[in-house]
Amino acid sequence: MYDIEKYYQATGVEDAIRALCEDERAMVISGGSDVLIQCREGRLAGCSLVSIHGIEELMGIEETGDGEIIIRAATVFSHIANSPVIQRTMPMLAYAVDQVGGPQIRNIGTIGGNVCNGVTSADSASSLWALNATLELRGPQGTRTVPIRDFYTGAGKTVRKQNEILVAIHIEKKDYDGFGGCYLKYGKREAMEIATLGCAAMTRLTPDKTALQELRLAYGVAAPTPMRCWNTEAAVQGARIDAELIERIATGALSEVKPRTSWRASREFRLQLVSELCRRAVRQAIINAGGMADV
Amino acid sequence: MYNTLTMTVNGSEVTLPVDDRESLADTLRNRLGLTSVKKGCEVGECGACTVLVDGEAIDSCIYLSVWAQGRRVMTVEGLKSPTGELSPIQQAFIDEAATQCGFCTPGIIMSAVEIVGTGKRYSREELRRLISGHLCRCTGYESILNALERIVEETYRFTDRQP
Repeated sequence: MYDIEKYYQATGVEDAIRALCEDERAMVISGGSDVLIQCREGRLAGCSLVSIHGIEELMGIEETGDGEIIIRAATVFSHIANSPVIQRTMPMLAYAVDQVGGPQIRNIGTIGGNVCNGVTSADSASSLWALNATLELRGPQGTRTVPIRDFYTGAGKTVRKQNEILVAIHIEKKDYDGFGGCYLKYGKREAMEIATLGCAAMTRLTPDKTALQELRLAYGVAAPTPMRCWNTEAAVQGARIDAELIERIATGALSEVKPRTSWRASREFRLQLVSELCRRAVRQAIINAGGMADV
Repeated sequence: MYNTLTMTVNGSEVTLPVDDRESLADTLRNRLGLTSVKKGCEVGECGACTVLVDGEAIDSCIYLSVWAQGRRVMTVEGLKSPTGELSPIQQAFIDEAATQCGFCTPGIIMSAVEIVGTGKRYSREELRRLISGHLCRCTGYESILNALERIVEETYRFTDRQP
């Protein structure tokens, strides 16, 4: 038996918001693969939960007429990884969510939970940062959208209020169309592992494929929140693709990250991963965008 | 608080009272006597409690029973034929000596049911990845992978022959 003091199964999003407003101690449970484990460990002992598990309006993936991709928040990782729409439009994200935990976890864990946890190691987070995702939050005052770069406020902290539900993640066509992407996760094991470092790179090349039109470089576990290397990205706009460019990007990334030492890895090791995963991910992203990266 | 839960377990509809703090693993073991569902780590890491919910493998130790309302749940007990024979998947585990102490076996077999159900052919590497949510401390996994390779291949050949 879990140490849960109060449990309410919401019938829909509005009902969940109402229940959250009525009990300001209440927190949302969706897939349960984080919340229930924290109950078991005692960190959330005696918690009050509002369950949004199984709410239909929170599940599914949609492609709108203008190419916007909408991933509803309670869509589980395995459904995202296997979605033909996601595989076609943003294979990097399909791959990234397939690196979470193991198969059974991916059948219950949701992308919304992954984001709302606010943890820097979330496998989906760095890809969503690279994809300039926007988050649709609904609360008692209605709906608001927050760009993912403004969502995280610190380790495990986000701008989502206690009585708000993340409803969907939106990615516009201009943010995936024509890009090649690559997510690389470093962990000590190949499965059931929390990322020691994660790196998501996206590139869009010039028509002749010899120069970068745009680079996006995002990291997980390289700082207290997921992050982008904005300065490095701006500095290499229009740059010719060669070995020197890859090194410039890796060096640039090192100047922007702020990794910490944790029991999983030291700051020094994470810095090495920042540059090495960057080289590998950027090279692969260039190849995936149709360019040559044998540099 | 107690709720009335109605779900289909191994093909039969059951209605029973469950506490809303209860895990599906506890409900299946303690209320329905389905002791193939093993409790190992209880935090979703070892896979011993794996069951299928609507055809998808999940760790029943981190799944609230009330979430199973209206869903189809399957455990190893549901695999045997009406005449009591083992399923081809179970038989493959026996033929390949893929079980030793047996604690991880029911969970892995349920994942195998999901894997085999796709009708796809998988390489050994892919199978390794597909059972990465299970821990086995006896076999070293090789015999388990042999059993999986065998049953995946047999199923693929069988379904391939169908019109």
